[in-house]
Amino acid sequence: MLSFIVKRIFSTVITIFVVITITFFLMRLMPGGPFSSEKKQTAQALENLNIKYGLDKPVFVQYTLYLKRLSHGDLGPSMQYEGRTVNSIIAYSLPVSARLGVISMIFAMLVGVYMGIVAALNQGKWQDKLCMLIATVGITVPSFVIATLLIYVFAVKLHIFNAIGLSSPKDYILPAIALGGSAMAFVARLGRSALLDVVRQDYIRVARAKGLSKNVVIYKHALRNSLIPIVTYIGPLLAGVLTGSFVIEGLFGIPGMGREFIASIGNRDYTVLLGFVVLDATFLIVANLLVDILYAVIDPRIKIEA
Amino acid sequence: MEINTELFEKIPKDEKKLNEIVRPSETYFQDAWRRLKQNKLAMGGLVFVIFITIAAIVGPMLSHYNYYSQNFRISNQGPSAAHWLGTDKFGRDQFVRILYGARISLSIAYIASLLNLVIGILYGSIAGYAGGNVDNIMMRIVDVIWSVPSMIYVILLMVILNKPDHPASDGGMSSIILAMAISFWVVMARIVRSQIMALKEQEFVLAAKISGASSMRIILKHLIPNSMGPIIVTMTMSVPSAIFTEAFLSFIGLGISAPQASWGSLASEALDGYQLYPLQLFFPAMAICLTILAFNFLGDGLRDALDPKMRK
Repeated sequence: MLSFIVKRIFSTVITIFVVITITFFLMRLMPGGPFSSEKKQTAQALENLNIKYGLDKPVFVQYTLYLKRLSHGDLGPSMQYEGRTVNSIIAYSLPVSARLGVISMIFAMLVGVYMGIVAALNQGKWQDKLCMLIATVGITVPSFVIATLLIYVFAVKLHIFNAIGLSSPKDYILPAIALGGSAMAFVARLGRSALLDVVRQDYIRVARAKGLSKNVVIYKHALRNSLIPIVTYIGPLLAGVLTGSFVIEGLFGIPGMGREFIASIGNRDYTVLLGFVVLDATFLIVANLLVDILYAVIDPRIKIEA
Repeated sequence: MEINTELFEKIPKDEKKLNEIVRPSETYFQDAWRRLKQNKLAMGGLVFVIFITIAAIVGPMLSHYNYYSQNFRISNQGPSAAHWLGTDKFGRDQFVRILYGARISLSIAYIASLLNLVIGILYGSIAGYAGGNVDNIMMRIVDVIWSVPSMIYVILLMVILNKPDHPASDGGMSSIILAMAISFWVVMARIVRSQIMALKEQEFVLAAKISGASSMRIILKHLIPNSMGPIIVTMTMSVPSAIFTEAFLSFIGLGISAPQASWGSLASEALDGYQLYPLQLFFPAMAICLTILAFNFLGDGLRDALDPKMRK
């Protein structure tokens, strides 16, 4: 077990390093630099800016400098906003995105698992069909369509919610549903098929035969084991929440990382873009690592070959 | 009780059909097709997929409108006899623009899936067949690409590849295809590798080896045809995700640029005025949803039909 964890952590570190390297060099391939904006600058001013941000040096030197700074946790200054560092932009926008992301994930997990249980226990009946219909819609409808539909119905027509901004706790409801919709659908489908598998196992029949009530068997014995496949889905779920937020944050006017990311692409803000990709990728890779370890811990049947 | 004596008559020996094959023998794909036909949802999906593909090819030719001419006197109209799905803010016919959008969205999805297929099969079969250190190194590379959020890389690649101001630009289509092909082939490579790994230990491969077949021939003639089932399913499932990605990219302004139209860019254009003209957003969104739904149903059906364990 220990050697498995050590090995996985080692490969995680290498993966993150490769991601940083690829992103760094990809970024330098982008057409247009951060200072080729609408303002016409003199050649001298441009050169000074390049020197200030180290863009005059060879790419490889820039790369080693970046790695050196990164090892201290410093993601560098923003090239677009004078006087702001990437760290400060992240410190400002990450909590906004994280709060929304966590809320939408909790929504996706709770509602998804519940729908899965209802569907599995009523297999073939109308409850099952309704839940699976909702799940199919959730998977096939892109998040931006769900988001605009929600805004149109609940904010524009019915005036129940605000269309833009996050000023009160109520404002989280619509973006969380839009962001977590497809994840919820996946969890519901996964949960249904997992629970159906587990319910047919011998130990469930034994528990029933020994006289335990149906609810105890379902919620104490069957549900726990059917949650295992859902745990593996947390990694991809995080990725969905992260990338989905590009659109959702734009549509709902939420000042989070997704919006900053899109803005930094338009601005060719190398350092901000690189910082965000590094953070996003690290986040996801570490989440996948934790899921792998968690998976092995909660399911003793899984044999680890180290 | 009356006994029909005819049934108990002796049959002359030469009339006995001892080794008659009761059912006609079916190939793998005939068998799968027979089972697919019984699945109503999957057949519905297949019919829709064929329909939308033909509509995308033929539709724009049959209409006397085109996707680019503007007429401000008829802008933002609702559905009517002249314009079946209404017009957009420049007075362009929405129905024709959605059909043109289908051309672009579906071309992107099909070509990107095909590229994924080619790269994935090549890479996966080499890794799976070679095994050992070659497999180890190749799969580490796949692991790295796998663990990076692919959408982030598609976005970065789009920014690098797409030059909308370039005179030879095709509105970003080839850039999207390339960006998706670079990022999404790992899924196929993994599937193919695991299939090849399982198959290569079987006797028929050994027999081929003893008969002197080269590795190339074994991979192409024996291993890949035998793993066609999962490959087809994965490819069917990769089409909706490509449509999804294209819509997503166009929606955040990195995809197809005007006057070209894809479903994603149509939805994105309609977004400015959707509070007044929700139908302009509704139709392209419906096109995306229905197509993704159809491909999902078809993929699910194919998965069941192509699985030999489901054979009755």
